[in-house]
Amino acid sequence: MQRPHDMGGMDAGKMEIAEHPVELWQKTTNAMRQVLGDERRRLIRADELRRAIEDLPQDQYEALPYFDKWIRAVRAILVEKGVLTHEEIDARIEELRAQRAEA
Amino acid sequence: MAEERGSGHHDHDHDHDQTFQPDIEDSSPGEGELMAEAIRSLLIEKEVLTAEEVRAAVEQIDSVEASLGGRIVARAWCDSDFKERLLENGTEAVREFGADMGEAALIAVENTEARHNVIVCTLCSCYPRQVLGLPPDWYKSRAYRSRVVIEPRAVLEEFGTKIPDDVGVSVHDSTADIRYIVIPMRPAGTEDMNEDELAALVTRDALVGVTLPKAG
Repeated sequence: MQRPHDMGGMDAGKMEIAEHPVELWQKTTNAMRQVLGDERRRLIRADELRRAIEDLPQDQYEALPYFDKWIRAVRAILVEKGVLTHEEIDARIEELRAQRAEA
Repeated sequence: MAEERGSGHHDHDHDHDQTFQPDIEDSSPGEGELMAEAIRSLLIEKEVLTAEEVRAAVEQIDSVEASLGGRIVARAWCDSDFKERLLENGTEAVREFGADMGEAALIAVENTEARHNVIVCTLCSCYPRQVLGLPPDWYKSRAYRSRVVIEPRAVLEEFGTKIPDDVGVSVHDSTADIRYIVIPMRPAGTEDMNEDELAALVTRDALVGVTLPKAG
């Protein structure tokens, strides 16, 4: 079966030659992947990241912006490898959300 | 490498009409940003990495711009020994410019009178970041990834680039392990330019192969 990322050769309409600056959190996500994939840690290699992005549910793969897919893939790999748990990540997200709502 | 066409399968009994948001960055702060900060702070607390390491990696990412790729190409135009090294082993040759390809190998592909080259990553967004910086949004878009392997000439025309019919077009599909960079042809009328002046003519899009450098 052809999975959603495997789009080479499809007709997808006209090019939208748009560019946006990359935000700091997006660069930070990229940077974390790089640090986690370095020779010392070898926790998330580039091909592992790609595999985890491809494993996202199809609706997420198609609807999420680029780095939103990356951070979800980083999360999935860190949980798979027992580095973090979904529970502690979700708890921290809610803490941060509450802090920002106060600010 | 694909000759005019991609090597992917093209069975067409799947649904093309499903809605798809292009991979364009969303500027509103949202779940992604919160998730990134949650993960970063937890990894620091667990001493998997440090804030300084992440910051240094962000600075390194910011420090690489496509102008580095332009300098590499200008050197290749001016120094045939370097060009030979670049075509022979791109990964090693770009070390002369301080670029470390890390996990991936770099292959330089040269445009000629008979052949134009263009790069893509159909499966995701592999890009020679170590010499060109971060990829533009369109490189990661569904339209570019899906179409450039079947109709590269039509896609290039949308960038304003017309490749003559008697010039072949090769499309190079990048992977996590292999990245490509295009060495455009040196434009006519640049015989008197020095390496720095030439480097300024070589834009990011020319290094991807969707445009051609022009003299002045």
